[in-house]
Amino acid sequence: MQPTADRFKENARAALADAELQKSLARMREGFVGRRSAAVERLPEFDTLRDEARAIKDHTLANLDFYLERFEANVAANGGAVHWCRTAEDAREAVLNICRLVGARTVTKGKTMIGEEIAINEYLEANGMTPVETDLGEYIIQLRNEPPSHIIAPAIHVSKSQVEAAFRRHHNNLAEGRDLSEPSALLAEARAVLRESFLAADVGITGANFLVAETGSVVIVTNEGNGDLTQTLPRVHVVLASLEKVVPTLEDASTILRVLARSATGQEMSVYTTFATGARREGDLDGPEQTHIVLIDNGRTRLLGTEFEEVLRCIRCGACLNHCPVYGAIGGHAYGWVYSGPIGKVLTPGLLGQRNARDLPNASTFCGRCEEVCPMRIPLPKLMRAWREREFRQPMGSPRAKWAVRLWAFGARNPVLYHLGARLASRMLRRRGGSLRRTARFPFAEGWTAHRDLPTPEQATFQSQWTGRRRAPGRMKPAAHLMSARS
Amino acid sequence: MTTSREKVMGDIRKALGKRAQRDEAAEAALAARLEEHAPGTIPARAQKSAREQVRLFIQMAREAEASVEEVKTLRAVPGAVSEFLAAHNLPSAVVVAPDPALSDVAWESRETLEVRHGAARPTDLTSVTPAFAGVAETGTLVLTSGPGTPTTLNFMPDNHIVVLRAEQVVGDYEAVWARLREATAAGPPQAGKPAGKMPRTVNWITGPSRSADIEQTLLMGAHGPRRLHILLVRG
Repeated sequence: MQPTADRFKENARAALADAELQKSLARMREGFVGRRSAAVERLPEFDTLRDEARAIKDHTLANLDFYLERFEANVAANGGAVHWCRTAEDAREAVLNICRLVGARTVTKGKTMIGEEIAINEYLEANGMTPVETDLGEYIIQLRNEPPSHIIAPAIHVSKSQVEAAFRRHHNNLAEGRDLSEPSALLAEARAVLRESFLAADVGITGANFLVAETGSVVIVTNEGNGDLTQTLPRVHVVLASLEKVVPTLEDASTILRVLARSATGQEMSVYTTFATGARREGDLDGPEQTHIVLIDNGRTRLLGTEFEEVLRCIRCGACLNHCPVYGAIGGHAYGWVYSGPIGKVLTPGLLGQRNARDLPNASTFCGRCEEVCPMRIPLPKLMRAWREREFRQPMGSPRAKWAVRLWAFGARNPVLYHLGARLASRMLRRRGGSLRRTARFPFAEGWTAHRDLPTPEQATFQSQWTGRRRAPGRMKPAAHLMSARS
Repeated sequence: MTTSREKVMGDIRKALGKRAQRDEAAEAALAARLEEHAPGTIPARAQKSAREQVRLFIQMAREAEASVEEVKTLRAVPGAVSEFLAAHNLPSAVVVAPDPALSDVAWESRETLEVRHGAARPTDLTSVTPAFAGVAETGTLVLTSGPGTPTTLNFMPDNHIVVLRAEQVVGDYEAVWARLREATAAGPPQAGKPAGKMPRTVNWITGPSRSADIEQTLLMGAHGPRRLHILLVRG
């Protein structure tokens, strides 16, 4: 897909005005958050497991070369092949070569974020093949010719009637009068149509949730079972995986799996977790004759060894999106590329270059919920701040914003000046707000007041109240005040 | 000319800096970590007596929308299968995994039941397979592939019946890995499972296939089976 991450502000404005999208987002906010917290509640060891999961990934990243070599050796020992790719271009080329060598026409696909990153569908299509997404959500957006808007729920922005319209437009060999008013009818139709593709496919492409160094296994996690049909039925299985997917052992994968589904959908465990090791064995009645693992860097090594290394712990559960007030307001497309929400704000500038995603790290309220729920304990707000600091230091961004930050920094370093400024601003606001305690206009805050009133302080600043109390100790001692409040 | 492998590895080592310069001891420590494959924290709910584990397995599998039926012995399997088919108004035909684990099942005791052994075909509506293990902590079945257990049986038919023996139920995933390593490493190599090797496919299955991709409405039977029925054999 063509990134539009550099047009975040326009995208966000359009998203806020999209009534259909707003309905879908409201539905999302109800679902994921409650289910996750219920699942976490049921597992007292959840936070311990998060710590362990983080330690596993940190250890793996610190020894990435070692574990990838082990992984490669074990894939080879099981009759698979590993293709190393530095760029998206290399990866597309590798996949196309594999497809050409087996004379592929139809290619089925399981959901893969790295596949979106390297825009593999467009490339295969341009080279005369027919890639078919088989995850229901991915299939829907493929028909609608748009990118996913959520890591684990790619069609979350699409309404039922929009799905129906897409199916009627594309499944035109089916009876026109058929009833597609219920989600179950839509699912049944997609299942039947896609079953044909599964059986016709020459190559199946999936992503990987984990690569296991110890055994050379590729792990995929799905609820539908489409990933398994994709990798079992065609003659050739191609895995697209970025470098940081590797973990040392089956036990390490198990530890991280315990936090993955709970964080993503609030399930105790996803329906299908599949460990695939190499190609069909002697005597097997089914399974792919060839297994290819396309290992892709596409910008990861630019993050490794930097302050952004921690983002490579991400397991793509989507919890940070589900808990983000900004994502909840604008949805995923506004972020303009594959990754949205807090993880997109940190990862996209890293992978596309900060110049192409300048506004993303700034689109945050810094409420910190993303870090609170991240199963891999990625300090997302800290990393967004790191991008902001880089933006400030580099010749990009608006000069006006830079001056404002400089002015503020100057004040913050001069307490006397700062308090004076705060007192003045507070007094001015209180005067403006009057008894209504809000104002519809305030200098330099037009961006805020264009959409809502600015609440004004009820009293003088904390500092001046505190000074006042210390001068008159008899009136109200803080400690006594607390005591009386408790009784 | 440097290969793309060398380029990527070079980029990784450069980014890792000193961390990639390991001495022999450090390298040995990493190899030992793989050898030991030490488990992390095991949830307390999984650490129970065998009886309690079976009870938890049943509870968790049902929560994941699988149905569980307890039968006394393998002899009772054909009858239970027939009843399941009748209860769901399904044709009296099954495709059965050609695995030794199910060779003692006396299918002929049910004359009306049509039985075929092999991998799944697109027209098959119901499959019957053995399992390698059941995991109590989340009600998860573990199925391994091999000449007798083709993977398509787990995914293509609309209905999947799994025969699980009670002693195959363990507390946690790590216990499955331990059993699997034992089964594949020691003794004469089993057909299709060369010594020390993982089976080509290990499937963890927790309930029937589902999707919530249309307006977050949860529906069963997205691409895999819409019904997962577990026959838990006590004896």
